Amino acid sequence: MIRLEKRPQPSKLWTYLTPVLAVLLTMLVGGVLFAFLGANPVEAIRTIFWDPLFNAQFAGFTRPQLLVKAGPLILIAIGLSIGFRAGIWNIGAEGQYIMGAICGAAAGLAFYPSESVLIFPLMIVAGALGGWAWAMIPAILKTKFGTNEILVSLMLVYVAENILGSVATGLLRNPEGRGFPGSRNFKQWDAAHNSDLIANTGMHWGVVFAFIAVIGAYVLLTRHVLGFNIRLTGEAPRAARFSGVNPARIILICLGLSGALAGMAGLFEVTGPAGQVSIDFGSGYGFTAIIVAFLGRLNPIGILLAGLLMALTYIGGELAQLMLGLPGASIQLFQGMLLFFLLAMDVFTNFRLRIGKREAA
Amino acid sequence: MHRRTLLSTAALALTLGFGSAAAAQDVTAGFIYVGPVGDGGWTYEHNKARLAVEEQFGDKVKTIYQESVPEGADAERAITQMALSGADIIFTTSFGYMDPTIAVAEKFPNVKFEHATGYKRAENVGTYSARFYEGRAIQGHIAGSMTKTNKIGYIASYPIPEVIRGINSAYIHAKKVNPDVEFSIIWAYTWFDPAKEADAARALIENGADVILQHTDSTAPHAAAAEAGDVITFGQASDMADYAPYPRVSSIIDNWAPYYIDRVQAVMDGTWTSDDTWDGIGPGMVGIGEITDAVPEEVKAEALDLKAAISSGDYHPFTGPLNKADGSVWLAEGEVADDGTLLGMDFYVEGIDAEIPQ
Repeated sequence: MIRLEKRPQPSKLWTYLTPVLAVLLTMLVGGVLFAFLGANPVEAIRTIFWDPLFNAQFAGFTRPQLLVKAGPLILIAIGLSIGFRAGIWNIGAEGQYIMGAICGAAAGLAFYPSESVLIFPLMIVAGALGGWAWAMIPAILKTKFGTNEILVSLMLVYVAENILGSVATGLLRNPEGRGFPGSRNFKQWDAAHNSDLIANTGMHWGVVFAFIAVIGAYVLLTRHVLGFNIRLTGEAPRAARFSGVNPARIILICLGLSGALAGMAGLFEVTGPAGQVSIDFGSGYGFTAIIVAFLGRLNPIGILLAGLLMALTYIGGELAQLMLGLPGASIQLFQGMLLFFLLAMDVFTNFRLRIGKREAA
Repeated sequence: MHRRTLLSTAALALTLGFGSAAAAQDVTAGFIYVGPVGDGGWTYEHNKARLAVEEQFGDKVKTIYQESVPEGADAERAITQMALSGADIIFTTSFGYMDPTIAVAEKFPNVKFEHATGYKRAENVGTYSARFYEGRAIQGHIAGSMTKTNKIGYIASYPIPEVIRGINSAYIHAKKVNPDVEFSIIWAYTWFDPAKEADAARALIENGADVILQHTDSTAPHAAAAEAGDVITFGQASDMADYAPYPRVSSIIDNWAPYYIDRVQAVMDGTWTSDDTWDGIGPGMVGIGEITDAVPEEVKAEALDLKAAISSGDYHPFTGPLNKADGSVWLAEGEVADDGTLLGMDFYVEGIDAEIPQ
């Protein structure tokens, strides 16, 4: 008989081993899937994990794109992970991301066509405030009326999407766009363009801020009393209360911080890779970041690696579609497997596998 | 067409003769799709045309595609990767790919780009679209003739000129045969989302609509109409014949194959130049699917007459007198709309009691 036995302490070894094993298992089962679809499994796996980094034909372009894709994921996931540590579940980062982009873009466009160097910093601040304000709605509703932040923040995503549709076709629409929806293109406006800091490296301000956020979160969680209080609130809420931690304050800080980071990610995206406020601007980064946060074990360094890995499967997946003609849905399935196997392998962090009869106590 | 093929064969023979066969033979054509190839509508038809290109040229052409590419930051990367992979001509098949297509085209001057339904062109970027509004006129005629509740529901995607044009054209021709007709329009803000489209259809039917027109790509509204009963629908972008003869009574079919074959041939011959193509029923880019027996005989005959008149150029669906929704005069008696106004259309015609989302 096989049974699971709870470990007295989560296993250190398995904590580090599970992500690696999950990736290997995903490759294995994914390879079988691709074989069934008529592709050479080894070639498919190589295309997804190797080609974006080292293929001579593509790597020059795709390597920087990894940073472009991972930047917003990491920035949002860092904010979310701090809340998740405290047991505050902000599921609506996508909405805060969209509102940050709208507010930041609007603040900049109000001064079009000024070429002042202050425009871009102003937009960053406005973007952060936009995301923060949107996250304050579930935060205040929770602290004042005890509503569930999961539902409120998620529902506000749909509100934000509708506001996005409205401003893209109305308030922020490019007056020189012949009636088509979408704002002015920031790529054609130097003062507001979030371009690569060094050409063709993919390093734009959003990526820089993502790295800063990783370091900031690391210091906060390991060295600062606020980080300790956040962890305490999540792990032992009663103990936190007794030691004088104000839960309402933790809720406001965690939701506010994650909202502001998501808002900034939105602003960097709209002024950089996306280029304009369009109806389709929201591309799901806010939701994918939840996966990244858990894949990275809510640990800042882990999130950095998980964000890069997620970006790799995105870009590698696109190459696999392109080069091997694999259907788009199979790539999504492949990405889903990664999370599935991670959660499945996670069992072994907390449990031990016992073979044989249960011993009499 | 035939003459063109003949000429190009000669050109091919010439290049072969000069030993630069590789250039003339190996053309890679890439396609960027907004939906999955199995959407049964817009992307399905583009993909069908891609397969037609493969069939036409056999080994001489390789085609590649990427499906479900979001119309945002991801599009630019997808198009760039396609150009890097060695594509000679890339068809970007949705309006939202306009700015990304232009941006990538700047970096790849030797690759040809064809952007569907947009208006920005460059040395190596051409645009193409179909005059779907011609099909909408026939749809409006049948819808106006057949509705009993005088309420027609319209599932619109995005408030862009192409969609607004379709609404106006359908409305004008429904109103012509039925002065009491009313349009209810729901903006779905998606091209393809079966759940959302079905919800929109149900909401419209609950409000009394017995005709559902759609400018979204899935067959979900047809399923919702079949479920409700006594509601007719029209196939969009593709024939959607699975729902014929009822609720689907006819359809607008996009036929991109001749255009794609022509453009790939031009790349092969080295004669490709950037231009703007906007074809309708006449040249065959827009097809009208079979009008089923659910449509009364005389309505069907009128619809086919209308189709013939549009096809021959005798009749233009936007012919005055027409006023804008705000009451101002748009077209005087007998005046025909110019393409510029149609391409940038951002107003409803008089009688549509709704606001375009702003």
